[in-house]
Amino acid sequence: MTFENPWIHGLVMGLIIGNVSLAITGYSIWFERKFAGRMQNRPGPTVVGPWGLLQPVADVLKLMQKEDITPRSADKALFNLAPPLTVFVALSTLAVVPVAPGWIIADLHIGILFALALGSLMVFPVWMAGWASNNKYALLGGMRSAAQSISYEIPLLLSATVPIILADSFRITDIVEAQLGGNWFAFWPPGPGFAAFGLFFLCSLAESNRIPFDIPEAESELVAGVSTEYTGMKFGLFYLAEYLHTFIISMVAAALFLGGWDGPGDHDGFIWMALKTLTLFVFIFWIRWSYMRYRSDQLMAMCWKFFLPLGLALVMFSALWVHAS
Amino acid sequence: MNDLESAPINTGEDDGVEWTTVGGVRVPVDLITPPWPDPYMDIEDYDPDADLMVLNMGPQHPSTHGVLRVKLVLDGEICVKCVPYLGYLHRGVEKLCEKLSYVQITPIVDKNDYVSPMMNELAINMAFEKLIQAEVPRRSRYIRTICAEIQRVGSHLLWLGTFGLDMGGAIGGGGSIFMHTFRERELLLDLFEDLTGCRFHYNTHMVGGNRHDIPAGWADKATKVLAELGERCFEYEQFVRDNEIFRARTVGVGIVDPVLAMELGISGPILRASGVDVDLRRDQPYAAYDEIEINVPTETTGDCFARYLVRVAEMRESIRIATELLKGVPEGPIGSLKPVKLPGAVKAKHGLGVYSAIESPRGELGTFVVGNTERRQAAIPYRCKIRSPSMHALQLLPYLCPGNNLSDIIVALGSLDPIMGEVDR
Repeated sequence: MTFENPWIHGLVMGLIIGNVSLAITGYSIWFERKFAGRMQNRPGPTVVGPWGLLQPVADVLKLMQKEDITPRSADKALFNLAPPLTVFVALSTLAVVPVAPGWIIADLHIGILFALALGSLMVFPVWMAGWASNNKYALLGGMRSAAQSISYEIPLLLSATVPIILADSFRITDIVEAQLGGNWFAFWPPGPGFAAFGLFFLCSLAESNRIPFDIPEAESELVAGVSTEYTGMKFGLFYLAEYLHTFIISMVAAALFLGGWDGPGDHDGFIWMALKTLTLFVFIFWIRWSYMRYRSDQLMAMCWKFFLPLGLALVMFSALWVHAS
Repeated sequence: MNDLESAPINTGEDDGVEWTTVGGVRVPVDLITPPWPDPYMDIEDYDPDADLMVLNMGPQHPSTHGVLRVKLVLDGEICVKCVPYLGYLHRGVEKLCEKLSYVQITPIVDKNDYVSPMMNELAINMAFEKLIQAEVPRRSRYIRTICAEIQRVGSHLLWLGTFGLDMGGAIGGGGSIFMHTFRERELLLDLFEDLTGCRFHYNTHMVGGNRHDIPAGWADKATKVLAELGERCFEYEQFVRDNEIFRARTVGVGIVDPVLAMELGISGPILRASGVDVDLRRDQPYAAYDEIEINVPTETTGDCFARYLVRVAEMRESIRIATELLKGVPEGPIGSLKPVKLPGAVKAKHGLGVYSAIESPRGELGTFVVGNTERRQAAIPYRCKIRSPSMHALQLLPYLCPGNNLSDIIVALGSLDPIMGEVDR
């Protein structure tokens, strides 16, 4: 579906894709709680609505009713700006991710760079929240988050370079089209492709502060990290941004490495993109509920000593591969 | 299941560790690392250019196991100085003991170590029995031992769950471990409910025996539950011990020097993880421990991982001991005194002080009781001092923390297994 006028196209697509993503994100919280419950021998939410299906609605209503507290010693402007900014940054990334042929808000020729740049912007609102709260736990969380995001940017970029080189384009639509017909970059070239996929996935996890890399939050050490002082819907926005970010990295990973909407035979379409995205999304939940978290210095060591050389090697390999074939 | 019997108990004999003897106790050489950090260090003496931050962790913090408050002086995220502040859960139990009679004290001390309440009852009643020289029938001693071992399993299960929380947080993998260990603990609480009618604060021990006899069918049920638990212990090993991140977070973290630990009066799994082979169940047998062989697991690395290994091995050992004792519970009375609930039923006729100690899940839980010489006060102790192992374990914090990352401090604190009810009493 495309419109002649890019403004109208962007508006219509943005409304559809943005709202569907928000709805999926909202319900993913219900799904995650059910999923975690099953992993832990308990039923999860059951009370609100059938199978607890109205739980996200109840949660949002509850969060809206909470008292909105701004600490007296906080930097009010930054403190209030940080939560909407996280959601804004997370949602903006959706603009360049194609969900089906023609279904993209803005088909930028540097789409992948745009997505990665927005991902690195994510550190600002988090650090802002940590600094502006004037709380020691929040400060430590913000510091950790800044160090972590900046470090993991580099291997993330390197691993994303692999599909760029293989598809010979920065446009995500081109990258997906280069993989049509089962030629997925996660499995071709065999081995290094999968390594790049894994690297991208892990670094994205680190970027979005998910377990086992959720050291900025680290609720057992830092109480709630950067969101310690936030209440009500401001906390809710942080929460939403975290899930949205997770959802979007699943989408980007599916587009870059798993062939996007490429299905078996001629059955390409939106459903495959959705299936791949949700599979990765659930996989992130699975990891989250089975692992503990690393220590911040171990995380840094892993990034600089292992992920970075691996990323460089993968980039060199893919360049040679393209050159040879 | 058969692996339970043959599960290897590490005694540190054959893994190439060099040993030395300090004060008549054999300790691994590698772990002795003086000079120890100075807990009274003046932070003015620290690098004057450093930008230090004082962080009051607790008394309301998710990982301080209740209401412990730790004042940390941080340089970046590295701890420079650590001062634990105790007393937020002080309820004056020892003073209460001077106002209540021997019979009335038991339910009070239940609330000390609220993770293994029956251990408190056992410890204090053993001291009273020693004071008034009361006999305990053999059947009662068996029941006490079985209960103590099941309590130990329950206590270590709770420790494992909360230790997971310390590392992974309630939302995440740590929460999964927590939920699983609590599922198992639930089975044990059901056993105690069948035995005493209560799930937590039992009031089942009394001077000279037990208040509740084993109900019909309980032994079979307990054996079945313990066998199931033994299998699940192996599940935990797969889930926790073989977990890459668990190892990364615990191996080499919070190493306890055995000599320092002994000087601070630390006992139990912390000391055994540092290679010191002490266990009151074997060294000073009480209750029915003289009738059964006890393997004491020890480790020689002294870090958080060693403490985890020791506790899990102890859990398996306790399951074995309880299962074996359940096979041969002798017939007979369960108390040498009549089970009256009148406050004045038990009287001490002299003012001698006696000390008796048991091996609680956290170490040596001792009670020092002095009887009252005044004739009208004969049913009330003059002084009752409870020596709690957690209190001593917390003395280690100022030595463990300096030089460590904030995340490691949480893990080290969790591995000490402090129960604040017992620390503050």
